[in-house]
Amino acid sequence: MAGTAVRGRLTWETATVTAVRPETSSVRTIELQVPQWAGHRAGQHLDIRLTADDGYVAERSYSIASAPGEGVALTVERLADGEVSPYLTEELRPGDEIELRGPIGGYFVWDGDDSATPLLLVAGGSGVVPFRSMLRHRGLIGSAVPVRLLLSARSLPDVIYRDELEHEPDGVEVICTLTRQQPPGWTGHSGRVDSALLSQVAWPADQKALAFVCGPTPFVETVAAALVGIGYPPDRVKTERYGGAGTS
Amino acid sequence: MTPEWLLPGPGGGDDESMSPVSRGFHGRRREPEAQAGRVPPGQYVTTDFPVLSAGPTPHTPLDQWSFSIRQGGDTTKSWSWQEIGELPAEDVTADIHCVTKWSKLDTRWRAVSIDTLLAQVDYQARFVLAFCDGGYTTNLPLADVTSGQAWLAYGYDGSPLPPEHGGPARLLVPHLYFWKSAKWVRGLDLLPSDQPGFWERYGYNNYGDPWREQRYAGD
Repeated sequence: MAGTAVRGRLTWETATVTAVRPETSSVRTIELQVPQWAGHRAGQHLDIRLTADDGYVAERSYSIASAPGEGVALTVERLADGEVSPYLTEELRPGDEIELRGPIGGYFVWDGDDSATPLLLVAGGSGVVPFRSMLRHRGLIGSAVPVRLLLSARSLPDVIYRDELEHEPDGVEVICTLTRQQPPGWTGHSGRVDSALLSQVAWPADQKALAFVCGPTPFVETVAAALVGIGYPPDRVKTERYGGAGTS
Repeated sequence: MTPEWLLPGPGGGDDESMSPVSRGFHGRRREPEAQAGRVPPGQYVTTDFPVLSAGPTPHTPLDQWSFSIRQGGDTTKSWSWQEIGELPAEDVTADIHCVTKWSKLDTRWRAVSIDTLLAQVDYQARFVLAFCDGGYTTNLPLADVTSGQAWLAYGYDGSPLPPEHGGPARLLVPHLYFWKSAKWVRGLDLLPSDQPGFWERYGYNNYGDPWREQRYAGD
C-alpha cells in the first residue's frame, strides 16, 4: 500500500428503512436511517448487501439520491429480471433493515465550490438519480451556478422526480425529451438525445461548462461522443454508466 | 476436542456472520455447478458485457497509435500498431470480475503477453502504472503483470476489440478487478515505487484482489 493515502475501511452498517415512496410505476425512493453514516458528496453511490435466511448474499451498487447532510435516500428502478431491484422496490417497507457501506466514488461528484462553471446534467431514465443529489445540494448551499438538466424518458409518467423537477428554482432549467410516447399537447422535445438536440440545449462549448452524463451504456456513449463533437473537451465530460440491461 | 471458545455461539462470530436476514429476500438460487468456485464473494454472473468508464470513449486512429514502455520519463521502447500485430499472440480464455459486482465467465481474447513486450527491454522496476488515451491510469505491482498473468489484448470473441470495451487495445489482468485491465492503454511506466492510478486515488483499493473482495481503500 506504499504511496497511497491510508483511509479507514468502509464497514458494513445496518440501516433502517424509514420511508418508501413511489416515483413511477417501476421506481421507488427508499429513505434510510444510517446511525454511523460518515456523510457523502453529491453524485456518490453506495453498496447494498441483502442476506437470505439461508445465508445467501447479494450485493449491488446504487447512486445516492439525497443531498449531503440530508441523510441517505436511494432511488431504485425495478429491472424485470433483476435479483435485488425487485426486492428493494416491491418487498422492502418501513422498519426493515438492510446493510450498506459507502459512500463510494470521488470522480462523478459535484461539491458546488466552483460558482463560475455552469453545469450540464444529462440523464437517461434512472440516470437522473445522482443529479437529484446535486440539485438538492445546490439548493441547500444556496449556489447560484446555472444548471441545465436534460432528461430523457420513455413517457411523461416515466419521468422520475417529476413534481420536484417542475418546481426547480431560478437558475435551473429542466429540459425533457420523451422517446416513446408524448402526451397530447406536448411542447417539449421528442426522440432520443442526439447531436442536434444537444447543439440546441447544451451550454455552448465556449461557456466551459462541466458536463455529467448518467444512464444506460448506449445512451452515455452517444451523449458523451456528441458533447465532444460539439466542442466539449473530453475531460469536461464525466460519465457514469449503468451496467448491462437487466443485471441488477 | 474443540475448546469451547472456538465453538460457534448463539449470534456469535465475526461481523460477517452477524448480517441481519433481509426479511422476504430469497435471491436467485445457488450458482450452477459449472460456476462453483469461480465467482468471487459479492459478485454475480452476467452474460452481458457491461461498460464502465469515467468519460467519453477515445478514438485514436491506428496509424497514430503506439504502445510504449517508459522509465524515468523516457520512452525505452515503442511499438506501432503494426509491430504489435506482428508479435506472437495468444488466445486467452479468462473469467473477469468488475468491482461493480458483475463477473463474466470464459471471456475469449486475442492478446500479446506483457512478458513478450518486457522481454524486449532492459528494465529495473517493482511497479507499473498503465497510461491510456483519455488520461486514465492504473497501478499494478510488476509481479502481477509478468509470469503469464497479463496481456495487451486487441481481439475479443473473434473480432477486433470494440472501442467501448477498450479498443483498439486494453490491458487484460483477469486475476484482479477489471478496472486494472485499463482500456485504451497506450503504455506502461515502469516505476521503482508504487504510484496510485485514477480510481485508486478516488477511494478504490490499491491492489484489487476480487477473491479477497478488495473493492475499496482499506478492504
